[in-house]
Amino acid sequence: MEVLKIATAGSVDDGKSTLIGRILYDTKSLTDDKLEAIEKKSQSRGYDYLDFSLATDGLVAEREQGITIDVAHIYFSTDNRSYIIADTPGHVEYTRNMVTGASTSQASVILVDARNGVIEQTKRHFFINNLLRVKDIIVAVNKMDLVDFDESKFDRIRSDVEKLAAQANYKNQSITFIPVSALKGDNVVYRSENTPWYRGKTLMEHFESIENQDVYETADARFPVQAVIRPKQADYHDYRAYAGKLYGNDLSVGDEVTILPSMTSTKIKEIQFFGSTYETAKRGSSLTLSLEDDVNVSRGDTIVRSESIPRSGKELNATICWMDRNPMRLASRYELQHGTNKIMAKIKDIKSVLEVQSNQQSHSVDNLVLNDIGTVSMQLNKTLFFDSYAKNKSTGCFILIDKQTNTTAGVGFIE
Amino acid sequence: MKRILENNPLENEAIHIIRETVAQFEKPVLLFSGGKDSITLVRLAQKAFYPATIPFPLMHIDTGHNFPETIEFRDRLVQELGLELIVRNVQDNIDSGRVMEEKGKYASRNILQTETLLDAIEEFGFDACIGGARRDEEKARAKERVFSVRDDFGQWDEKNQRPEVFDMLNGNIDHGQNVRVFPISNWTELDVWSYIEKEDIEIPSIYFAHKRPVFERDGLIWSAFDDYVYREDDEQVYEKIVRFRTVGDMSCTAAVESNAFTISDVVREIRSSRISERGARIDDKRSEAAMEKRKQQGYF
Repeated sequence: MEVLKIATAGSVDDGKSTLIGRILYDTKSLTDDKLEAIEKKSQSRGYDYLDFSLATDGLVAEREQGITIDVAHIYFSTDNRSYIIADTPGHVEYTRNMVTGASTSQASVILVDARNGVIEQTKRHFFINNLLRVKDIIVAVNKMDLVDFDESKFDRIRSDVEKLAAQANYKNQSITFIPVSALKGDNVVYRSENTPWYRGKTLMEHFESIENQDVYETADARFPVQAVIRPKQADYHDYRAYAGKLYGNDLSVGDEVTILPSMTSTKIKEIQFFGSTYETAKRGSSLTLSLEDDVNVSRGDTIVRSESIPRSGKELNATICWMDRNPMRLASRYELQHGTNKIMAKIKDIKSVLEVQSNQQSHSVDNLVLNDIGTVSMQLNKTLFFDSYAKNKSTGCFILIDKQTNTTAGVGFIE
Repeated sequence: MKRILENNPLENEAIHIIRETVAQFEKPVLLFSGGKDSITLVRLAQKAFYPATIPFPLMHIDTGHNFPETIEFRDRLVQELGLELIVRNVQDNIDSGRVMEEKGKYASRNILQTETLLDAIEEFGFDACIGGARRDEEKARAKERVFSVRDDFGQWDEKNQRPEVFDMLNGNIDHGQNVRVFPISNWTELDVWSYIEKEDIEIPSIYFAHKRPVFERDGLIWSAFDDYVYREDDEQVYEKIVRFRTVGDMSCTAAVESNAFTISDVVREIRSSRISERGARIDDKRSEAAMEKRKQQGYF
């Protein structure tokens, strides 16, 4: 079955969790026992409505404080396809969580409170979705019931976001504006009678119409080797094949390929998966490859078509979202994980930090703190083969790991 | 002969995760309960390394209150696939007095598994435990990472989880820490059943409708097959056609009325069900935060 992943973003109290709860309720995805629990809890809190955020705020601290702390994944399906919604928190650690949620999503819903219009958070959410090149953006103008479904408020927000989009550098993004009330259900699953001036789709109708694209868009084929398969059974004495997941584009038997970083060339001999052999493998599939020649391949190597070798170098320029409480400091060293490959990187220059309010880049700084987005140049201890993120998502991004804490401290998008 | 290998997103993601686990850790293990999710994991692990055999052992934390059909099934599967099976028994910890058995009407050994699991992780030095938990099962699980880092007490620090971006998995850990790995995080119950149907995977018979002596309590149907489940004198036993939707400890897993005799019946039944999978799990009904609390203590 097809799966569509959608991220949500919005400030605290924009009503994200309520919107997701509403979608689940109106698509009849909430089972009776879950619904009963929400009814009981809403009643005990003295609400005269159903608090759908109770369906998604899974941690005790979240329910106590009425806020979302960590990304939650919500699942539901229609006859058409399965949906996974990443419900990302709107408060302090928004960038880190938004990047996490949006990195695996084909579409993003940005919630805007109709009363407040476009605020700094909206700009940041828009920027991050643009940076991550999320294809389909839905601006859900929420709480329309609180502004009497006033068309001019909706139009104002639309034109403000369109101004942002005009400055953005990922132009292929599709942006859709929908006036909704998550609490009352207007234009979420069911068409609202309160917005006769709105002729577009409901949120759910729009979801159903999104073309299901892999998060990793079509690009040059890239096959990072995860493992070498060498069975110990006697029947497979000379067997040697390479396991991994295929990104970018399809690969076929007979294709001329090059192994990186050794730059040795050979041809694809067989494409195998669980005892069957195939002529062609579609991008996205996990498979096993064997090669014509007895070449040296190990984990961390990447197999590419010989006609489309990526760039290489010992220096890298990238936009980095910092996700750790310990700041990224100039001259610090981090482990850089790029696909299945791990090398060391040293921060040579932090050229600028994004100032969201003005959408301007500030000048050079000494560190990036949690939730900062900056442009950085790095020195690598080994030659890395890479693509720009704009050209090839899978080989255009990396994570930085702090070797002292082992945590994933930042994510980078190669220029 | 099939010529084109199509992308099956959930399967490909799970295989990618299992391969990363084997590559990034020294001693992985697959936590096997004999339930449909862990059986699905075994198939995915087979596919990930085929034609090589699965490069890690299976471990069953046995509460001693299992359905006999599950144990029989487990032993046959392990033998057919030539896998190594480790069994550690909750009973041993009860006998030695390290854990106390719960008493009364709702007594269950489910929570006692945690201690035995942590002991076994330490005994064998496992640094990655692959489990079949899914985010759609329960709302605390919806917050879980694919690589979920636990400290040496097995504790889950839910407020300070590592970000996971794209499909890059960071398996770096300190000595003494271990990682719980959840390859089918993004599968729903229906996805699992559809996969079992499509792949023609064998599962224990208790998942299908069968006649069983049962009794009713709190609107749930309990097996009265043997003495694992505590029963009051006034709780009447009668026969009913039932099946089990999840296979945990007998003392915390209730049956559901069902006419699903084949795998396609089961898929159809799940598709139209109005009750969630864990609706028949009494261990989650203890409190709203039951799962979160158990996870903080090292439960999977």
